[in-house]
Amino acid sequence: MNVLAMPMHRFIDHRGKLVKPLPEWADLMTLKGFYCDMVLTRTYDNKAVALQRTGKLGTYPSHLGSEAIGIAIGRALKKSDVFIPYYRDLPALWARGIGMEKNLQYWGGDERGSDFSPDEERCRDLPFCVPIATQCTHAVGVAAALKIQGNHNVALVTCGDGATSKGDFLESLNCAGAWNIPLVFVINNNQWAISVPRAIQCGAELLSDKAKGAGIEGITVDGNDVVAMFDIVTMSLDHARKGKGATLIEAVSYRLSDHTTADDASRYRSEDELQQAWEFEPIKRLKTFLIEQGAWSEQDDISWQAHCKEVIETVVDHYLSMTPQAPESAFDFLYEQLSEDLLSQRDLIINKAMRMQGGNHG
Amino acid sequence: MAEVTLLDAINMALHYEMAHDQNVVVLGEDVGDNGGVFRATVGLKEKYGCKRVIDSPLAEALIGGVTVGMATQGLRPVAEFQFQGFVFPAMEHLVCHAARMRNRTRGRLTCPAVFRAPFGGGIHAPEHHSESVEALFAHIPGISVVIPSSPQRAYGLLLAAIRSNDPIMFFEPKRIYRTVKSTVIDNGEALPLNTCFTLRKGRDLTLVTWGACVVESLQAAQTLSELGIEAEVIDLATIKPIDMASIIKSLEKTGRLLVVHEACKTCGVGAEIIARISEQAMCLLKAPPRRVTGTDTIMPYYKNEDYFMIQEDDIVDAAKMLVEGWK
Repeated sequence: MNVLAMPMHRFIDHRGKLVKPLPEWADLMTLKGFYCDMVLTRTYDNKAVALQRTGKLGTYPSHLGSEAIGIAIGRALKKSDVFIPYYRDLPALWARGIGMEKNLQYWGGDERGSDFSPDEERCRDLPFCVPIATQCTHAVGVAAALKIQGNHNVALVTCGDGATSKGDFLESLNCAGAWNIPLVFVINNNQWAISVPRAIQCGAELLSDKAKGAGIEGITVDGNDVVAMFDIVTMSLDHARKGKGATLIEAVSYRLSDHTTADDASRYRSEDELQQAWEFEPIKRLKTFLIEQGAWSEQDDISWQAHCKEVIETVVDHYLSMTPQAPESAFDFLYEQLSEDLLSQRDLIINKAMRMQGGNHG
Repeated sequence: MAEVTLLDAINMALHYEMAHDQNVVVLGEDVGDNGGVFRATVGLKEKYGCKRVIDSPLAEALIGGVTVGMATQGLRPVAEFQFQGFVFPAMEHLVCHAARMRNRTRGRLTCPAVFRAPFGGGIHAPEHHSESVEALFAHIPGISVVIPSSPQRAYGLLLAAIRSNDPIMFFEPKRIYRTVKSTVIDNGEALPLNTCFTLRKGRDLTLVTWGACVVESLQAAQTLSELGIEAEVIDLATIKPIDMASIIKSLEKTGRLLVVHEACKTCGVGAEIIARISEQAMCLLKAPPRRVTGTDTIMPYYKNEDYFMIQEDDIVDAAKMLVEGWK
């Protein structure tokens, strides 16, 4: 059976049909907003891959196919909550208010990409995490801190299906249950951990089953249905906010892209499987649903796509025109105060940079 | 004023700082009701409650990661690993996250955390309980490494470590936890984390050491004095950053350098100190520098442990060769 068609928490199926009545919050205006966000972040994703192909961005992990998961998370979190993302989370960060330029900076090799925002509350979000699953333990620490500080905020952490095989994930889940902390785990189960398919990642029927051993609730959701995602994430955040503890959400989706731009998934994945997965992707189904409700049209879509391209071009222009970081900035945030030895190493780099730049370094 | 042990001093510093800073939390295995395997956290839970003195599940990677997460949110966590040999599961968090948080976020988030661990051999402990791997951590950019060797320095350096806005590896020489005693004034005064401490003045050689080896080094200095050789004994205390200025100043007087450490020889901190002297102060040397270190072996089980621990004689012999062999 196609895992994407399996019964799970879902409102709109892959044909754009309602499988059960929409929740009260899901008015057409809200859903249109979700749709527009998803299209915008997909436009960004396409552009980012193109930038990498033309040497203007480093290795980039596409989020193609996981837009519903990210937009639901970004919209469901309160500003004062703390988001602990993994590296494929641009849609969530963007929906949370973090500029796309930051993402381009990060993948473009500039540490300023993790200096998210001057907004004080969102400043507490953690940066992208590249090592697998370590962000889950940080999230336990964040949630424990929120509980100690007693401010009713919640931490939300994301990871891929591969991360659920790691000790860090399991230790975190276990501790979240033991400590009854305000934490929501979201697994982006996109079926592939580079070349390793979900089927041989672990023997559990559902990744959400892992919650049982930790004594917390586990829910499997259609991660391609933004309505289901938002609904469950919101409920889980509310549950945590009320002091009722952590939840593990398994969002079932599909990685429609390669793992990163350095990967070639055609070496290990069949074209048939990929084509089938495209039938279940999150944007098409919501578009079909909105059109059938009379809330959207093909003409609206063409206009919005054009608008998205303009927005992204502006973002890219901004990114490409940014002043590079000074070479010595590698020292400037290493410690609060630099030792004499580091100051002297810093001078060496400044001199070397001046030499390499023909004396033009400022 | 009564004398206290090094372990008591650690406990006093934790009590002082928890009383004066609500953001300080202590976490680790057994740190609550049990007061830690060595009793360094005794009384904290009773006084500050289970919200600030947190017994963690038995999972060292978790302790490392949770500490990082807490530190990013404005707390000042002090994590206890029961032995330095148990830190390894948490290495990813220390190297990839604690050390990098400030740099990665351009200072938006920091990691003001202390990772405490008893270290070193000599207590007839089981396998994996006798490691001295301070050099591993000294090699990591973004981390500082601190090792106290007396109750006063344990108290003052731990206060400084907790107040530091950067991550600190705080390694406690467990062999002298209860054997070294002195008076400690519990006044909340921290010691600097960028300087070493001269424990004994001398004219003939500079002996740099740290941790439990300070005991044998001071004994050796006394023996050497009786032989007419005066050793200046320096407790390095902060392993990273190394206070080379003080070492060089001492060498200006003595011209001879002996480094003593329990950790393995190859790529040890002694090698770093001697390399820096070669780069910065070669001309001060009247003789090639020497090291007395642990061997490049796995610490044997306890029946053979004493052969691998540094004895006073080892230091005396090396010092005599350094001074008399190069007259």
